[in-house]
This record gives sequence, structure tokens and C-alpha cells, in this order.
Amino acid sequence: MNVIETAGVGKRYGKSWALRDCTLAVPEGSLAALVGPNGAGKTTLMNMAVGLTIPTEGTVTVLGGQATGSPAALDDIAFMAQDAPLYKNLSVADMLHLARNLNRRFDGPFAQARLTDLGIPLKKKSGKLSGGQQAQVALTLAVARRPRLLILDEPLSSLDPLARQDFMATVMTTMADEGMSVLLSSHALAELERVADYLIVLGTGQLRLTGEVEDLLATHRVLTGPAAEADRYAGQVAVVQAKRGDAQAHLLVRSSGSDDPVPPGWEAHPVSLEELTLAYLRATSQAVPRQPGTAEPQPGNNKKHYQATEAAR
Amino acid sequence: MTVLTLPVEPGRATAQPAVPWRRMAWVTWRQHRAMLTGVTALLAAVSVFLLIEGLKIRSDYTAMINCRTACQPADNEFGSTDWTLANTLGIFMLLAPALLGAFTGPALLGREIEAGTFRYAWTQGIGRVRWTVAKLILLGVALAILTGAFSQLFAWFFDPFLGNSVGFTDLTATVFTTRGIAFAAWTVLSFAIGAFFGMLIRRLIPAMVATLIAYLGVYLLAWLVLREDYPVAITTSGPVASGAVVATSVNSPTALTPNAPWILKTWVTGSTHWTRYIPVSRFWPMQFIEAGWLLVLAVALGAATVWLVRRRAA
Amino acid sequence: MSTLTAPVQPGTGAAIRGPRPWPGMLWVTWRQQRGLLISVVAIFVTGVAGMVVEGLRIHHDYAVLTACHPAAAAACQQLSREFTTTDWHEGNGVRVALLAAPVLLAMFAGPPVLAREIETGTFRYIWTQGIGRVRWTVAKLTILGSLLTIAALVLSQLFGWFFAPFMTTQQLTPLSIAVFDARGVVYAAWTLTAFCLGAFTGTLVRRVIPAMALSLIGYGALALATMFSLRHHYPVSTFWPMQLFECGWLLILSGLLIAATVRLVRRHAC
Repeated sequence: MNVIETAGVGKRYGKSWALRDCTLAVPEGSLAALVGPNGAGKTTLMNMAVGLTIPTEGTVTVLGGQATGSPAALDDIAFMAQDAPLYKNLSVADMLHLARNLNRRFDGPFAQARLTDLGIPLKKKSGKLSGGQQAQVALTLAVARRPRLLILDEPLSSLDPLARQDFMATVMTTMADEGMSVLLSSHALAELERVADYLIVLGTGQLRLTGEVEDLLATHRVLTGPAAEADRYAGQVAVVQAKRGDAQAHLLVRSSGSDDPVPPGWEAHPVSLEELTLAYLRATSQAVPRQPGTAEPQPGNNKKHYQATEAAR
Repeated sequence: MTVLTLPVEPGRATAQPAVPWRRMAWVTWRQHRAMLTGVTALLAAVSVFLLIEGLKIRSDYTAMINCRTACQPADNEFGSTDWTLANTLGIFMLLAPALLGAFTGPALLGREIEAGTFRYAWTQGIGRVRWTVAKLILLGVALAILTGAFSQLFAWFFDPFLGNSVGFTDLTATVFTTRGIAFAAWTVLSFAIGAFFGMLIRRLIPAMVATLIAYLGVYLLAWLVLREDYPVAITTSGPVASGAVVATSVNSPTALTPNAPWILKTWVTGSTHWTRYIPVSRFWPMQFIEAGWLLVLAVALGAATVWLVRRRAA
Repeated sequence: MSTLTAPVQPGTGAAIRGPRPWPGMLWVTWRQQRGLLISVVAIFVTGVAGMVVEGLRIHHDYAVLTACHPAAAAACQQLSREFTTTDWHEGNGVRVALLAAPVLLAMFAGPPVLAREIETGTFRYIWTQGIGRVRWTVAKLTILGSLLTIAALVLSQLFGWFFAPFMTTQQLTPLSIAVFDARGVVYAAWTLTAFCLGAFTGTLVRRVIPAMALSLIGYGALALATMFSLRHHYPVSTFWPMQLFECGWLLILSGLLIAATVRLVRRHAC
């Protein structure tokens, strides 16, 4: 089952498209990292998934085909919006009470215990907490709903490195315990690299790259070799990004597997997720064929769900 | 922004010219465009209505005065229909300063605090004190001009009703505050109250409620207590201006005629009857006194607001 | 709710608490609109207490006045003068305050309910909770609207008794503009309409202060138009039929405003 599935979804505000022609499928049980620069369309995509925004074109469904914003979806999806909106004049305890009254499922004792562990005073007004504390409260409120899908819009931006670790630890533990799926957007891809199962890269409203992290890392590598041979060699492989110096060239290439032979005089290095993301973000649509997400929902076959590639040649 | 072409010599501080008030005027306009446009549009719309109806009312009044026979319809038209409209608009005029202040004052500063944008505004070159002072003065003056002009038009509209059997004079409390410079002064005070509570309470709706309540308090104070003691009253043992009929208070105008003075007190010592009263001719001194203390109070509130701004730890 | 002790199987979800609890919205409405509710209760209690206490006195004064014979005697004339000044000012003050209340409600009660959520962005939290935006809106508007209408109904009935002596001394009829809106059932209908109009403009305009201003102006315009013009065109002309007719179209208007508000909420997209 796919927790989020989109087909050519797009959103237009006035004359400009915040997101266009986005097709992807996030498998159940994965931690999906949604990355991209500011204004790339991350929040738009998330808002559509939780029913706050209606797509202008295309469709988006959640939790195996449910309509977004429907009662069934609302029951099982918890959302933490950007800047962790809490009611500034309500105390933390009030926020807990509010959540309990508005949801059919809410684990109050867990929420209280977690907040107390974090040292957040329950009687304090939310508006008086620090940015990091507010983020923790918002996360707690979301996780305590025991959702099947947790969507977090830039939750780490107001957290210090220690708090980020703590935050991610809670998310990972809950995923393991509850079988929860997570969609999380962030700028800090380096931190997510170790934990993300699925990657979605958006740039200027377009989907640049999507797929399972394992597969993406397995099928991309950096080839380093003499600059003079670079052009000749580049014609033979799918090059995502080329960096040339006077003597050396680095080519980020996509292959069908990691066992393609390396040409003599060249070296192959694995690529980090961050390098991969940046390369696809910088690449224009002519230079490298996008990896369109042709969603092929295959229940029971989640782990190896892979996006088909289209070679330019 | 000019590029420095000469290196600055160490030890010589480059004094930057202070941000001119003109720029602050632009910032104020830009930030409060909607508020100013809204108030202007509202007053303009009512003005058009006052103009049209005012002309009609004047012609009805002339018809009533000149009527010789079968005067009942003309009397009714003016005395009942027109009067009901004027009375209703009079209520609007009583509420207007309070509402204008409640809608403009708290929003001025309170919103910046609530939204957190004061962290930007207060760290700009102009500094938070001058920024606040500029806003208070610019908007206060703008409101004073708009409402001052508007109240002149209302006074013109209402004039036919002074001096007929309904019995209002210029000094009747509910008329006094809608003409001259009093209307503008009450609006400025209301705005100052609003700005003060906006900064004190920092939550928009409680600040608006507090503004309305405080304004009501000051208004009642002026009406029931202060106005009698303005130093314009005349005490005499002789006859009072003609046409006067003693009334127990200015609030029961049916006994008055248009130029009737406001009788404050009558007493008897020995065989002499004393009267303390305010003649209608003292209207403008009364207006100046009232506008005077209202503006002093407004300035004091403005100073208090600036003090709160200074003091607030961001 | 209890801590989950057994690991939850993915896909089945933790134990569902039960059907969506509407009583939960009572607490939510209370907590989110606490200031408004406390103010309304305070005003209601003050209004009732004031009208009872002063009403008894006024009725007593009136009884003394009517018992005074002969009516032309100086003492009786004095009583009459006092009643038509002191007592009348008080009675009139109460009348004005009563009529001002719906106006203030149009301004303060309706608009913030939805406009604040949208303006401050907290709708991104509250509308993604399990209850959903439509149910939340309907529950809130119903709870607040009912409370205000009932309070208004009680106050206007009490006012009818309170004001009774002045109907005679001020030569007013039940149909007089000055009192028609404060007695009978029409007052409650106007209160409800004021609230619904406020909620609607708040959702439409999405910003609190403009919504308050528009709601105030809209309500004022509607009230004035009705008082001075629309009422003349009713198909009926005696007190109770006119009250019921006006109450009827106001209720229909309120219903339409609520429906329109819910529709705007449903379609709201950021």
C-alpha cells in the first residue's frame, strides 16, 4: 500500500504554478524525506496530502487510495505544519486537552510523559515557549495521535543539533513501534541521509528525483577521470552532472547497477544523498532526463518499489 | 544607497543623517493603508448621504416654516420622518469616535507585537521610539482632519433641527460633541486610548473592548460632571437670556428653545434669586476647553504608550 | 485513553475511542472562546440582575404614581415629572443598552471565531485533527449561536416586563420603532443574525479587523433598512404577526449565513 500517491498533481496560485506534474508513490512504512530549496513546492505538496489545499490538476490520495481530508484520512494522518502553529494563549496542558477532544484516538499519558521528560512545563502558555520547545510540543501532539502517517513540514528548522537528534530518535522509535510512515521535509539532508528510506526532491515546483534511497544510491556513482576524455565518455553514459577542472573531470552518472565496468583511467566513488540531491536540483530538464514517478502500486511489494528510468538516448 | 568611494579615516565617526520624517510618513501610510482608506471610504459614503438628505431636510424645513394651511403632512415630514433619520444618525455620531478609536488604536501597535514583526520594525535605523511617535502623530493628525471635516458636514446637516419644537441647542451634550472641534478631539482621544491599550494588553480584542469601555467612561465623566464646571458659566441675580424656561437638566430638552442657555443651578439667598447658567454664545469657548483637555489627555496617553514601547523587553 | 501496552500492528491502528464525541466540542468551544463566553455570561447576569432590581423599583414607582389622586394635584404632578425624568432615563438607558448588544455581538462574537484561526495560521493545526473542519465549524457555531439566542430571548422577555410602565407614560405602542426590536421574539432573532453575519464575514474576509468592521456595517445597514423601510412592506401589521414574520425571515437569513460559512470553510484552501 502506498501511504501517499499522486498522479500529475499540480497547484496554481494566480498565474504561477507552485507545483506541477508531480507523480510519486510513497510506500507504507518508509520515512520519506522531502527536500528542495525554499519555494520548491514542499509545503504545497504536504498541504495537499493533508487536505488543506485542493490540487488544481491531477490527483492525490493517501493511505491506499483514500481521499485527502476525508474523515478516514483525518483519523489516521497527523500533521505538523511549518513553524509549529500552536495556540499562543493556550497552555500546553490545554493543547493536550484540545487534541484529546478533537480526535478519536489520542494517547494523553504518553504525551504528558514525553513532555515532562523533555522538561516542558505543562502550565506554561505555548506562546511563551522557545521555538524548539514549541516544535517538541507540536511533534508530541502529532505522535500521540498514533497516526498511520505522520507528515512534518520542516520540523527541524527551529531545533538545535541535540534537539534534532532527540526529535528524530522519537520519530524513528515510533516508526519502529507503531509501524508508522513518515513524510518529513527539511533542508538538512545530511542529517536525514542515514534514516531516510525514500527520497523526493522538488525544485521550482517540479519533481526532480524520487525513489527508494537504497536504489538511488546503488544506481548512481561519481566517476573521476581525465578531463580530456570526459566529453567522449559522457556520450556513452547517463550523466546527471559534470564538473570539469583543467586536468580532471567528475561525472555523476546513473547506471543500471553498481557493477558496470569502470573505464580504465577512471575511478568510481559512491555518491552521498546530498550530492545526488544537489546534482538533480542543479540539472536542467534538458540535461538529464527526469525520473518521473510512474506510480505502480503493488501491494505487498513495497520494499523494492522503484521508479522506472527513461534514458535520453 | 551610495557606495563609499573614499576610505573612512580611522577615528572619524561618520555621522549618518537621521531618517527624515517624510520617510516615516511613507512607512506609516504603507502599513496602515487599509485602515486609512477604510475610514476615509466610510466617512465619504456617509458624507454623500448627509449631503443628499441634508438638502432634502432643508427644503422640508422651509416648507414647514412657510406652510399656511393644511400643515399636517409638512409637519410630519420634518418633525417625524426627517427627525427619526437625524436622530439615528446622531446615534451614529455618538458611537463613531469610540468605534473609530477601537478599530484604529489597538491595531496600530498591538498587531506588530502579536505578529512578532516588531522585531523587525524596532531594530531599524529609526529606532522604536521615533517609529512609535511618528505613527501616533501621523495617524492622529490624519484622523483629526478626516473627522474634523466630517463633523462640519454633520453640523450643517443637523442645523435645521436646532431651533424647532424638538428643542436641541448647541450646548446639548449629544449635539455639542458632534460639531465644532469636539468630534475630532474625541476621535483623537479614542485613538490614543486604543493605541495605549493595544500596547498594554497586546491582545487585539481585549484591547478593543477596553478601549470602548474607557471611552464610555471618559465620555460619561465629561457629560455628567465636567462640562458643568467649565469656567465659562455666568452667575447672575438678574434676568437670564430671553426665551429661557427653567429645566431641571439639559437632558430634558422639551422645555428649551433654541437659544436657551444651559441652566446649571438656581438658588435663593434672602430675597434674591440667583441663577448660574451658560449662554449659547459661550459655545466656542466650551469647545476649546473641551478639545483642550481631551488633547492633553490624548498626548499623555501617547507618552504613556511610547514609554511602554521603550520599556518592553523584546 | 490508556497507554498502549501492546505493540500496534501497522495498518490496524490503535483502538478507536468510539464515535466522534460531540461533547468534546463543548470543551473545545469553551476553551477557544472563553473570553467571549465569560463576557456574555457576565453581561447576561448583569442585565438580568439589573432589570429585576430596577424593574421592581420602577414598577413600584409607577404603582405609586397611578394610585395618586387627583391626577392634577401638585404632588401627583411632581411624581409624574420624576417618573418621566429619573425613572425614564434609567429605563431608556436599559433600552439603549439592550439594543446595542446585538450590534456589539456582530462585531466581537462572530468574526473572531473563524477569522482568527485563518489569520494566525492555527487552522493548519485544528483543521487537520480527526474531527475535521466542517464538524468543528458546525459544532462551534451551533453551540455559540444557541447560547447567544437563548440569552437574548431571556433578556428580551424580562425587558418586556421591565419596560411595561413606560409604554404608557411615553405613549409608545408595541409597534413603535423604539421598542419593537427589544420585545417579543425578534430580539433573539436579531442577536442570532448578528452572530451569523459576523461568522460569515470572518470566514469570507479572513482577517479579524476588516471582518469586524464589515460585520458591524452590514448589521447596522440591515437593522436600519428593516426599521425604516422593510417593515412597511410586511403583509401583516399587528404586533405578533409582525414579530413572527420578521423572526421568520431573520431565521432563514441566519440559516443561509451558516450554510454559506460552512461552504466557505469546506472550500477553504491555502
